Amino acid sequence: MAAPNYITAYAKIRSGKVILNGETGYSANADEPAADFVKAAYKHYELNYPKFYKMDQLCRLAFVCSELLLRANKVTANYATEDIAIIVANNAASLEIDTEHQSTIADADNYFPSPAVFVYTLPNILIGEIAIRNSIKGENTFFIFDTFDPRFMNSYIHSMLNTGRAKCCIAGWVDFYENKYDAFLYTVEQTNNGLGIAHTEEQLNNLYK
Amino acid sequence: MDELIDKLKGEIIEQLNLEDLKKEDIDNDGPLFGEGLGLDSIDALELIVLLEKNYGIKVANPADGKKIFQSVRTMAQYIQDNKK
Repeated sequence: MAAPNYITAYAKIRSGKVILNGETGYSANADEPAADFVKAAYKHYELNYPKFYKMDQLCRLAFVCSELLLRANKVTANYATEDIAIIVANNAASLEIDTEHQSTIADADNYFPSPAVFVYTLPNILIGEIAIRNSIKGENTFFIFDTFDPRFMNSYIHSMLNTGRAKCCIAGWVDFYENKYDAFLYTVEQTNNGLGIAHTEEQLNNLYK
Repeated sequence: MDELIDKLKGEIIEQLNLEDLKKEDIDNDGPLFGEGLGLDSIDALELIVLLEKNYGIKVANPADGKKIFQSVRTMAQYIQDNKK
């Protein structure tokens, strides 16, 4: 029988709220523009990472969510950096910044593509930002789905942990497009070093809601 | 020259998304890269785009970049000498 795995911490950012392990932290009016809200949360939690301002909106959202998750559960202190995997999915890929890049190259007479914008035109860059920030060198994969898929994520992460490809996984969903944002990141470990929630499709569904 | 340096600082802050910096935080003669503002290689490309977009100046020889982007003052001097 496969070993059980545990969801040991989780963080959510959506609808003007930051939720950490079920507790609401920083909140604002749900109508506040997404970019402003994420920046305000970054300042509220004093995350202090100058590169934040250079990131696109998708990476900023992922960065804030991951910082809070890893403050709540310091997996980087408990595992070798090669043993921590990062598996994230979303719906819009990097469409928000792709659109911005397109606007800089649409007019042949005003053709000034920005290198700093272009480097973010792939969604898996957000995994890179988290990995660089935390010196994580384990396996990483980015998936595109219509919606958060607890069945797939559950199965994929179980497989990673139970076949020894990772000892800990930072996983979840980070989506940002046209002022809509939704981040849900969680840590999965083979031993219970936190919340001790069984890593199952049903629990993932419950926590994501 | 002082007016151009001041304008350039504003443009650098905007173009490079240095939101946590104000114009007065940038030393006219301080290094832009390394220990100065801590800019990176992508920022260097952004500065090349800034010169072309805002001043119509193309940096034809990338090797010149090291001299041009030494400080805000050297950038301003290059603009003054090459603006069409």
